[in-house]
Amino acid sequence: MELKSNIPSGPMDQKWEKHRFDLKLVNPANKRKYTVLVVGTGLAGASAAASLAELGYNVKVFCFQDSPRRAHSIAAQGGINAAKNYCNDGDSVHRLFYDTVKGGDYRAREANVHRLAEISVSIIDQCVAQGVPFAREYGGLLANRSFGGTQVSRTFYARGQTGQQLLLGAYQAMMRQVGLGKVQLLPRTEMLDLVLVNGAARGVVTRHLVTGKLEVHTGDAVCLATGGYGNVFFLSTNAKGSNVTAAWRAARRGALFANPCFTQIHPTCIPVSGDHQSKLTLMSESLRNDGRIWVPTKNGDTRSPSSIPEAERDYYLERRYPSFGNLVPRDVASRAAKSACDEGRGVGPGGKGVYLDFGDAVQRLGQKAIAEKYGNLFDMYQRITDENPYKVPMRIYPAIHYTMGGLWVDYNLMSNIPGLYVLGEANFSDHGANRLGASALMQGLADGYFIIPYTIGDYLAKTKLDKVAPDHAECNRVKQDVSERLQKLMAGKGKRTVDSIHRELGKLLWDKCGMARNAAGLKEALGKLPDLREEFWKNVTIPGSGESFNQSLERAGRVADFLEFAEVLLTDAHDRNESCGGHFREEYQSPEGEAQRDDVNFAHVAAWEYRGPGEKPVLHKEPLTFEIVHPTQRSYK
Amino acid sequence: MASSCGCWVRDFLCSSIGRKTVMAATGLALFGFIVGHLAGNLQAFIPDHGATMKQYADMLHSKPALLWGARIGLLVLLLVHVVTAVSLAIANRAARPVPYQAKAWREASYASRTMMVSGPLILFYVVYHLLHFTTGHAHPDFQAGDPYRNLVIGFSNPLVAIVYIAAMAMLTAHLAHGLWSVAQTLGINHPKYTATLRRLSVLIALLIGAGYISVPVAVLARILK
Amino acid sequence: MKITLHVWRQKGPSDAGRMATYHHEAHADMSFLEMLDTLNEGLTLKGEEPVAFDSDCREGICGMCGIVINGIPHGPRKSTTTCQLHMREFKDGDHITLEPFRAAAFPIVRDLAVDRAAFDRVIQDGGFVSVNTGSCQDANCIPVPKKASDLAMDAAQCIGCGACVASCPNASAMLFVSAKVSHLGLLPQGQPERGDRALRMVHRMDAEGFGNCTNTRECEASCPKDIGVEFIARMNRDFTLSSALERQEKAGGGGG
Ligand SMILES: Cc1cc2nc3c(=O)[nH]c(=O)nc-3n(C[C@H](O)[C@H](O)[C@H](O)COP(=O)(O)OP(=O)(O)OC[C@H]3O[C@@H](n4cnc5c(N)ncnc54)[C@H](O)[C@@H]3O)c2cc1C
Ligand code: HEM
Ligand code: FES
Repeated sequence: MELKSNIPSGPMDQKWEKHRFDLKLVNPANKRKYTVLVVGTGLAGASAAASLAELGYNVKVFCFQDSPRRAHSIAAQGGINAAKNYCNDGDSVHRLFYDTVKGGDYRAREANVHRLAEISVSIIDQCVAQGVPFAREYGGLLANRSFGGTQVSRTFYARGQTGQQLLLGAYQAMMRQVGLGKVQLLPRTEMLDLVLVNGAARGVVTRHLVTGKLEVHTGDAVCLATGGYGNVFFLSTNAKGSNVTAAWRAARRGALFANPCFTQIHPTCIPVSGDHQSKLTLMSESLRNDGRIWVPTKNGDTRSPSSIPEAERDYYLERRYPSFGNLVPRDVASRAAKSACDEGRGVGPGGKGVYLDFGDAVQRLGQKAIAEKYGNLFDMYQRITDENPYKVPMRIYPAIHYTMGGLWVDYNLMSNIPGLYVLGEANFSDHGANRLGASALMQGLADGYFIIPYTIGDYLAKTKLDKVAPDHAECNRVKQDVSERLQKLMAGKGKRTVDSIHRELGKLLWDKCGMARNAAGLKEALGKLPDLREEFWKNVTIPGSGESFNQSLERAGRVADFLEFAEVLLTDAHDRNESCGGHFREEYQSPEGEAQRDDVNFAHVAAWEYRGPGEKPVLHKEPLTFEIVHPTQRSYK
Repeated sequence: MASSCGCWVRDFLCSSIGRKTVMAATGLALFGFIVGHLAGNLQAFIPDHGATMKQYADMLHSKPALLWGARIGLLVLLLVHVVTAVSLAIANRAARPVPYQAKAWREASYASRTMMVSGPLILFYVVYHLLHFTTGHAHPDFQAGDPYRNLVIGFSNPLVAIVYIAAMAMLTAHLAHGLWSVAQTLGINHPKYTATLRRLSVLIALLIGAGYISVPVAVLARILK
Repeated sequence: MKITLHVWRQKGPSDAGRMATYHHEAHADMSFLEMLDTLNEGLTLKGEEPVAFDSDCREGICGMCGIVINGIPHGPRKSTTTCQLHMREFKDGDHITLEPFRAAAFPIVRDLAVDRAAFDRVIQDGGFVSVNTGSCQDANCIPVPKKASDLAMDAAQCIGCGACVASCPNASAMLFVSAKVSHLGLLPQGQPERGDRALRMVHRMDAEGFGNCTNTRECEASCPKDIGVEFIARMNRDFTLSSALERQEKAGGGGG
């Protein structure tokens, strides 16, 4: 299989412009004849549904939550990047492009990233017009801040709830179209499979989570905007429901899964406190603007932080990376925390934590100023840990947060399955091996508001699509598959709960494929996976029935998919013999412990074709070329 | 648009906020009457054995058109207030068909939760009150045109006085929440003065309650004879 | 710590419900929902059906969770969602009553999970600014006074959990609706549709079967995001004024 990225020719900064002209248009009167299925109502899904409906397409949109407004995007805290250069500090489209390619450790497509940087500007305009209450200066203009990993202030934010406000903007735009009859909303409806007719994506099989009813929805194209797969690790900062099911079901039908081993670990999360823990909580990275990260210089120093004198504190990020200090990118900060803890200098229960100290900032700016900036985060921290971060330094530890990998898509965001588009975190496209802070929101909205409306039209205009009714033979066949699988799940009356197996899977991955990985560990994990899968299918128990609201069944389906998907993730991590971005292979590091890329052998996108459980997935490579930002060793010293 | 019938007055009056506004407007007008009425009652304390009060009553009765106009106006206000209250209460009950087994309150004051108790009790009292002091049907020794005398005789019966005091306590509770509520319903709320407004509401209600209650208490204490 | 839970169990929207009692061992460090997770693990292993409850983000922002705990939506700690509540708020030996958010407009899905789609329908009838993608001028063209923007944000923080409805003696949704009316009404971008928006959203709110506000302020006290009844006053103003002043739309005038 040849992977055609369909990157337009021409100079980098004119590709998108040119491409937009080359894309075919659908006559306005014909748009209402098409139906697009959008799975997911996060930033990517909601913005796509709204924009497509505004153009005149009929849209059906699905989410598993009770309301589309609850999609996981709601939880994003810190902000959204845009190359507005409102701060006059040297930002530009080119710089955002450059930072993102470099930040992604040279594993993203330049053309995609450049387009993202161009579009970033319009996103802010769009959101402001929708009434997103971004932070403002006293003069009434928009405020910006600098955000993890950049030296310019290009991040727009709405207190600590940027994702919420952006999502509500997109959600409201979508709900307007629901009111106008252009979007049909199907909440509490989970996509469980993809229907291909003549090789093209034409429908989805869904289960209504309240009634358990299986339904087939057909259309002319399918957009998956179903978010990331971070929950394969069980403990992550993702919402409990986030899952890989939709993407994985597409992969089982032939879509390629790209770069699954590129997972991001966020450095500033609240450490794990016990076995009962159900998820991890992120403290916005913006905290690193004013907080200083340190551990005691002595191993196993259990004194209270206030009684450790300055001289016995190691501000290791400031020491190791003098020019970026506490603001180094996420992967670098996370690994540094891990090595500090591995050396035995970690703090808190189990030594799995480092201090994030606001003592200096409170002295310099006053408690009031700090409260104004981070009040809600401090409150959240206190609620969870019962400690007052104004007085005692916060304890933080890295946690799985975001997944750069995802379904492979071309420049038009179409997967290798015709008519199957993938948007937002669910695709692999723009962040390479590491995503910069405040760039996921940007990408999700770019995909939904400004890319898919153009590219999907091109496909619909060029492709002859016969009508597919929900009782089409292929639909029935897929529905039958889904139904059998659900029955098989329900039949399990063993001794293990779904969560206990999910936890076990998560621990295996975190230990062997977390912040640092090595071939031996990955092999070991790959060896254990089939047993765990077998354990699941043999020994899981799901009470209740499949014809009702059954949360155990929902979770079981997701965990079953994680168990299959994990194999591809581990294989990718095992076969990528280099360290880059979020993928740190212990064998490939410099003497100072920095990640060492291998641009000769691994400057490619690894797109995996799934061949069934237990079979080694097949690798397809899309080579990456760098015309403008030439790969160098990333240095934040 | 949901539940629109095209006529804006009907739309407004059928809406939740519209009906609330009616409650507030009628409540406020009734409150105006309550203040006026209190001024009349307090004349009892002028130590002239009811001469001023009688004069005031005569004055009112000398203009029957005005008196009946006011009476009918007040009755209509009360009727509208009551009917609207009932319609809102029915909707409110329907909005929570299954009650909580355990319900705790964080903020809602007792008075605010019992408007539908204090209100109807006031209504019963108003009927009794009219039969007692206006038409005299429920009065042991009614003499038209001599309110002071009627009042002293009426309240000399401790039971009657207690009923009156209890009714005025209801009125106090009703207004303690009601007055602030009027402001809120009409859209008057600002962090600068809302807290004060709320306190003022309670204070005014207490003053009014005290004013009304002072009369039967004074009769019982034989200050008014 | 040992606790006794009294939990509302109901199989489906039209089934009769009842309270069930469970004795459970919890840790002070657990979140409330983790406590329920462990309860459910135990029930599952005993072959009983676990207690259904909604949650997703578990960090107080998605608005999916919501249980009435000892008579208070989201439980005893102020400005906190159920998912952010920790067991350290309770003591050994406590009896805890768990009920779903109760309102006719929020039909029960199962046990403690309810359907809050009525909120979406209220938004659908006016909780937006009608701008199509791509038709906007530069974001800094219209300055917005910082104070207006901050106040708009206070309202916009609403997570749509429905605690206001659950806590209100009348199951009124005024706080939720007013938060959106105010958020958009406070910004210049929301001005063109301000009057109409208030009318449409309030009429929809009424049609959904929510109760009427009696200004008890219980909603404000139960709101995990501290949204105040100040916004209800604002909406009352907008609604009343535009009821009286809005013109009828001319036929053929576009709209939408
Ligand atoms: C705590 C946290 C903070 C973050 N902060 C930032 C930040 O400050 N800046 C930034 O840029 N990024 C941030 N991110 C990352 C960013 O929020 C996400 O990457 C982004 O929101 C993903 O959006 P999405 O639209 O792709 O998917 P999501 O928002 O995850 O939405 C997925 C949607 O798909 C639906 N869905 C999933 N599976 C199915 C299925 N099988 N059937 C039907 N529907 C399904 C869900 O219901 C949901 O509607 C943060 C992430 C986290 C976890
Ligand atoms: C002279 C007598 C009365 C006065 C001065 C009075 C005054 C008021 C006032 C000022 C309010 C507040 C309005 C608002 O919420 O904005 C109110 C509310 C109310 N009144 Fe009365 N009232 C009187 C009699 C009654 C009676 C007889 C009833 C009987 C049904 C009644 C029932 C109510 C109810 C239920 C409310 C609350 C309505 C709501 O908040 O939705 N009132 N009243
Ligand atoms: S689960 Fe998201 S707010 Fe509680």
